[in-house]
Amino acid sequence: MQMYDLPDARGHFGPYGGIFVAETLMAALDELRREYEAVREDPDFQAEFHRELKHYVGRPSPIYHAKRLSDTLGGAQIYLKREDLNHTGAHKINNTVGQALLARRMGKKRVIAETGAGQHGVASATVAARYGMECVVYMGSEDVKRQAPNVYRMKLLGATVVPVESGSKTLKDALNEAMRDWVTNVESTFYVLGTAAGPHPYPMLVRDFQSVIGRECIDQMPELAGRQPDAVIACVGGGSNAIGIFHPYIPYGGVKLIGVEAAGLGLASGKHAAPLSAGTPGVLHGFRSYLMQDANGQIIETHSVSAGLDYPGVGPEHSYLKDCGRAEYVAVTDDEAMQAFHDLCRYEGIIPALESSHALAYAAKLAPTLGRDKTLLVNLSGRGDKDINTVAGLAGITL
Amino acid sequence: MSRIPQRFADLSARGRKALIPFITAGDPDPELTVPLMHALVAGGADILELGVPFSDPMADGPTIQRSSERALKHGVSLRRVLAMVTEFRKTDTQTPVVLMGYANPIEAMGLTVFAQDAEAAGVDGVLTVDYPPEEAEAYSATLAQHGLDAIFLLSPTTPDARVEAVARHASGFIYYVSLKGVTGAATLDMAEVAQRMADIRAHARLPVGVGFGIRDPETARAVAEVADAVVIGSRIVQEVEASPRESAADNVRNFVASVRAALDA
Repeated sequence: MQMYDLPDARGHFGPYGGIFVAETLMAALDELRREYEAVREDPDFQAEFHRELKHYVGRPSPIYHAKRLSDTLGGAQIYLKREDLNHTGAHKINNTVGQALLARRMGKKRVIAETGAGQHGVASATVAARYGMECVVYMGSEDVKRQAPNVYRMKLLGATVVPVESGSKTLKDALNEAMRDWVTNVESTFYVLGTAAGPHPYPMLVRDFQSVIGRECIDQMPELAGRQPDAVIACVGGGSNAIGIFHPYIPYGGVKLIGVEAAGLGLASGKHAAPLSAGTPGVLHGFRSYLMQDANGQIIETHSVSAGLDYPGVGPEHSYLKDCGRAEYVAVTDDEAMQAFHDLCRYEGIIPALESSHALAYAAKLAPTLGRDKTLLVNLSGRGDKDINTVAGLAGITL
Repeated sequence: MSRIPQRFADLSARGRKALIPFITAGDPDPELTVPLMHALVAGGADILELGVPFSDPMADGPTIQRSSERALKHGVSLRRVLAMVTEFRKTDTQTPVVLMGYANPIEAMGLTVFAQDAEAAGVDGVLTVDYPPEEAEAYSATLAQHGLDAIFLLSPTTPDARVEAVARHASGFIYYVSLKGVTGAATLDMAEVAQRMADIRAHARLPVGVGFGIRDPETARAVAEVADAVVIGSRIVQEVEASPRESAADNVRNFVASVRAALDA
């Protein structure tokens, strides 16, 4: 593997990434890029970030050998990186802590965020409370209905949740609305973007904050399994948990990197959220990447049982890793993810997020094809408590 | 060849400011777009701005967003918008037409195909909201090869050094976004607009149009004191939205005429 040093100065990962926004945001992105470049090299900032990750988030998160599940599947050993054990229950908090520290350093007293499943909204509201900032979260009105407990969590934490009624009323529309707020209030406001997407420097900055996941794994795996894993598997919506665990492993040529998208009702049905598996490159939300779009370049509605994967784009670095072949991307259906969800509950006593269940589902397909001496490391990006209403609903149960 | 420079030269010779109204192509339905374009000209428009509907219009406020959604319900694509311009050109060969939209429909069509077809349809300029000059080298060059002006935005937050860089890439005219925020928001601080116009003119020789936040003839007139052109979008789209289909063209023409009268008074 040759040296990997992306993005370039203007945020390009090969043909992907970049800055595709209206002029009104250019100055704000420039300011953010300059500030971030300064803190990237600043030992005091990095020390504070890691202190917060340790004492507030609860890092490092453990890796757990899912032995009963592995034995049942009868093949490769499955290890779980337990991001579900972080404060607030998912990997999202790694990024929001980093961005909140950056916002504080830039003197911004108001933060805004978009959210789909509500996990990033909760993580943003959490850090806003922690650092004494005003917080406004944009959320599609469809998602507000699907994720009522998280809406209430955000309110408990002091955030204002604004339901977005435009377009498909889901994550992409919440992102549009957050961008509009930012354009309007650019001087007072820091936009806490929730995934490794958006205009430069966000994909780089979110990746860097999330890369703590992969760096810990590189230390932990030899201790637990005697060596690095044969493959690292993570679900991909926008792709922040995946890039966080993949990025430190990019130079480890012997470690396969596998991203798992949401195939929804099946790729052939068209009702899915798998731009890397079934989309084409285009420009949306400030960056170039694979997208779900029609022949006229209009963004099409996505479907996934998991609100956190229900997004028509994907972080630009994943598009690059796909094209250059360093990572491979596959997709699993709603049904396969649900099966993996139930299996982890019953065999390991862990309720996984529906997003993470997609990664587990692919691991369950792959493990039986490999010998028992092989190891798969799955990023268990979040816990599933937030999903119990959805899961119960699918079983015809109202809680 | 773009009609825009000649149009500004003619207006300047007559001591007049350009009035540039905006409508979204296909709003409220595709059949009404060409009649509305003619109504805008009849009301006194000098250049027409035609919005290309996009599913995710990030820089637009609710009014223009809704107009995009109405147009998309009718399946209005970029190709269809070009067909509307072709139709318009059958009876109006003089009024410059600028397309305003987002990058993805152009990329989906293919930049070269788009530029060829836009030239053939009689388009004069293209403003792509999410192509800042840094990402627009191939785009600007391709438009230029086909005689199309590449129109770029400047904003209240654009630093002076960038004004110069943007001005170097721009042709036709420069569009100064007079407000922080999305289309159709709030009201204007005229002193700030005047100050920024002076800064821009220190770096750019192209005509400068001002848009965002202009909702009535009085504001239009005040803006025209310092700008070469006045762009009105959301207010006209609201007129289309609020009008019964059969009177939309009349109402739009009357509103534009009231602005024209204020500009020429």
